[in-house]
Amino acid sequence: MPVPNAFTDEQLAANFADIAPPLTNDAALLEANKCLFCHDAPCTIACPTHIDVPAFIKKIASGNLRGSARVILDPNPFGHSCARACPVEVLCEGACVLNDRDEAPIKIALLQRHATDKVLEHKWKLFEPGTPTGKRVAIVGAGPAGLACARDLRRCGHAVTVFEAKPQPGGLNTYGIAEYKLKADVALAEVQDILDLGVELKTGITVTSVAKLLEEFDAVFVGVGLGSTKKLGIPGEELPGVIDALTFIEHLKTHPYRETPVGRHVVVIGAGNTAIDAVTQAKRLGAASATIVYRRGEADMAAYHYEYELAKKDGCGFRFNAAPQRIVGNGAVAGLELSSGETIPCDMIILAIGQGTRTELTVPSDPRVFTGGDCANGGAEIVNAAAEGVTAAKRIHEFLGGIVR
Amino acid sequence: MADLRTNFAGIESSNPFWLASGPPTNTYGQVAKAFDQGWGGAVWKTIGEPIINVFSRYGSVDLGQNRMMGFNNIELISDRPVADNLKEIAEVKRNYPKHAVIASLMVESKRETWHAIVKQTEDTGADGIELNFGCPHGMSERGMGSAVGQVPDYTCQIVEWVKEVATIPVIVKLTPNVTDVTYIARAAVKGGADALSLINTINSIVGIDLATFEPQPSVAGKSSHGGYCGPAVKPIALHLVSAVAGDPKVTIPISGIGGISSWRDAAEFIALGAGTLQVCTAVMHYGFRIVEDLIDGLSNWMDERGFRSLDEIRGRALPRVTKWEELDINYHVLAHIDQDTCIKCELCWTACEDGAHQAIRRLPRDNGGPVVEIIEEACVGCNLCAAVCPVQGCITMREVPNDFPAVSWKNYAAGTGKLAPRSSQFHTAAWAPRRAQ
Repeated sequence: MPVPNAFTDEQLAANFADIAPPLTNDAALLEANKCLFCHDAPCTIACPTHIDVPAFIKKIASGNLRGSARVILDPNPFGHSCARACPVEVLCEGACVLNDRDEAPIKIALLQRHATDKVLEHKWKLFEPGTPTGKRVAIVGAGPAGLACARDLRRCGHAVTVFEAKPQPGGLNTYGIAEYKLKADVALAEVQDILDLGVELKTGITVTSVAKLLEEFDAVFVGVGLGSTKKLGIPGEELPGVIDALTFIEHLKTHPYRETPVGRHVVVIGAGNTAIDAVTQAKRLGAASATIVYRRGEADMAAYHYEYELAKKDGCGFRFNAAPQRIVGNGAVAGLELSSGETIPCDMIILAIGQGTRTELTVPSDPRVFTGGDCANGGAEIVNAAAEGVTAAKRIHEFLGGIVR
Repeated sequence: MADLRTNFAGIESSNPFWLASGPPTNTYGQVAKAFDQGWGGAVWKTIGEPIINVFSRYGSVDLGQNRMMGFNNIELISDRPVADNLKEIAEVKRNYPKHAVIASLMVESKRETWHAIVKQTEDTGADGIELNFGCPHGMSERGMGSAVGQVPDYTCQIVEWVKEVATIPVIVKLTPNVTDVTYIARAAVKGGADALSLINTINSIVGIDLATFEPQPSVAGKSSHGGYCGPAVKPIALHLVSAVAGDPKVTIPISGIGGISSWRDAAEFIALGAGTLQVCTAVMHYGFRIVEDLIDGLSNWMDERGFRSLDEIRGRALPRVTKWEELDINYHVLAHIDQDTCIKCELCWTACEDGAHQAIRRLPRDNGGPVVEIIEEACVGCNLCAAVCPVQGCITMREVPNDFPAVSWKNYAAGTGKLAPRSSQFHTAAWAPRRAQ
């Protein structure tokens, strides 16, 4: 059975401190002044929400932080969480032209955090609700897609009600991003900024019928995300000590670190980005060993390269071409048997082999119904969900007779 | 939202940001694009008898990673026919009636020639005329540009000729290549100028290619002195604007020019009395798009500070620019090093030891503690250490109050006022041998 970890509170706090600490004013200014201010900038093109990156960086350089934050948050309501959790290595920073000069790219994510942190710090209100249109839109799911859509609908003047099954809004931003990248309080503060535009939020409500919402609302946006983690379908999966990655991470993010049980020897099955989040956080909670077990090879891993590097740096183990056959144990997990016959001794197994789709809600084919985020794209980043929410708001606004800028 | 609307000598624009006369205002297409992006006005590239330019025209001074900190040019006035320029000015004015369009003029120093070009210009519907008395290269050899602007009598004379026929505001653009710009400013006022703009570019040679000994920008191996501009010239421009704005004999509006690249620069020029701001080099570097942050940054700053209009800022710093003899010599500041943020580079020690007052003590690195500390008995509060320190806010200058009333040099020299005790420790010859040991 998983046991409480052995780290002190200070060690735990350090283990889960921001992996990319904020820039000082000094460092931000220096970094901002390095930006070349490219035209038709590759970083902007690479961003799914097309934030005008050079413009916001130049505003940091000129000392116009309020203006900078507005440039970020106008196209991307989740600019705070994206600054912390975006895979910038494969998006904006990966596209920075300085890479072609064999230099480190501009630290776009940290600069974005520098500007957007000021919004929360100074409680700047950068956006206003539009003139009321009398139209009502229901949004199912208070994750990044739904709330991005909600914000822009409010800016257009539509009344918005968001239904959320969980007790807190924010979706995976609140419950599912690795703690060392994005903490729930930041995610919730970012959400609050959106709610402050006059979004009605109803938590603890699981919507089961879109058709029913359509009786009351002029349009519905469905952004419910994905369902629970898939099952392996091997014997022993029901043993205590087997947990799915999202449940594990959610527990960690909603309890004091000490209260999240972790095994002494943890095996994570799967090799995507969620598997990395699980294995690194198991290690950071105090597991003596935390090992990824993946049925295919190193080159087939779905995780980003830098995530793989992070896990290796954290001291996590990797077993490639290792197909789980059976979970062994008498009343609790004791090991994972592979098809080779070998058994990896462990007392906790975390499943991270992808999420299934939600089955409890059918989305009717109706011109009044719009979708976005993980449930529509099959599972992607916060920035994709935000982009899709923003685009959906435009389509809904258009549908409701508004003029899209 | 702060009100950025500007009325400059009767010329109205939605914001104070104008393109300065130069390469960015050479054509209808450029000016129209600039207006679409938010510029409040534009001073057309100087019109006159068309010239022929050399090809290689610009020279640049980089500072570390930063390109074009200083910039110079040996380009002349417009090489397009007068009629083409005037036609396009009329077209811009017709299509952008709410934007300020100013024609910059430079012709030979004959009364009838000036009369003719001014009348032709007025027919375009331009909002004003700027007299280019500042171009320091090429044109000056032909008796125009700074050749006029360096002689008060010539300046006054031509302004008078222009004002004989002009019905729209006349702005005189001043050259910094003079000993005291106020003499020229006063001459322009005497001639009847409605406004001044400054500074034009500064005489310069930007560098020598040491492989070939060619001055830059090289034209077939040779070069000529050119007009220097860009961020490097801003302090000179600020000084000259303040000198003119602070001159009681100059009561006409001033358009500030010289190295303006950001809204902060703009705010500084306004605080020293500028009514509008003219920008060229920053646009040549980054394009017309920079106007967005000029407007956004200035307006956010004004909102934050509670300023509603530019009039509330204009000239606000001017009363604080004074003669040296009026400064309080009993105001003492000393350097303070924040040891928590010090990165132990010892640049402050090096600078103070060799370049200032030997007021920083060096401590052994192996102690693990601070490696530099201020010797307060020796510190004269000169600011050098704070200027060289690479960590923002690490070295600060702190006021050290004393019981002595403020006293200016003027009063002190006249025998009124007492001097507070001050640092008087020097590394004299007696100190040097100890150093050698």
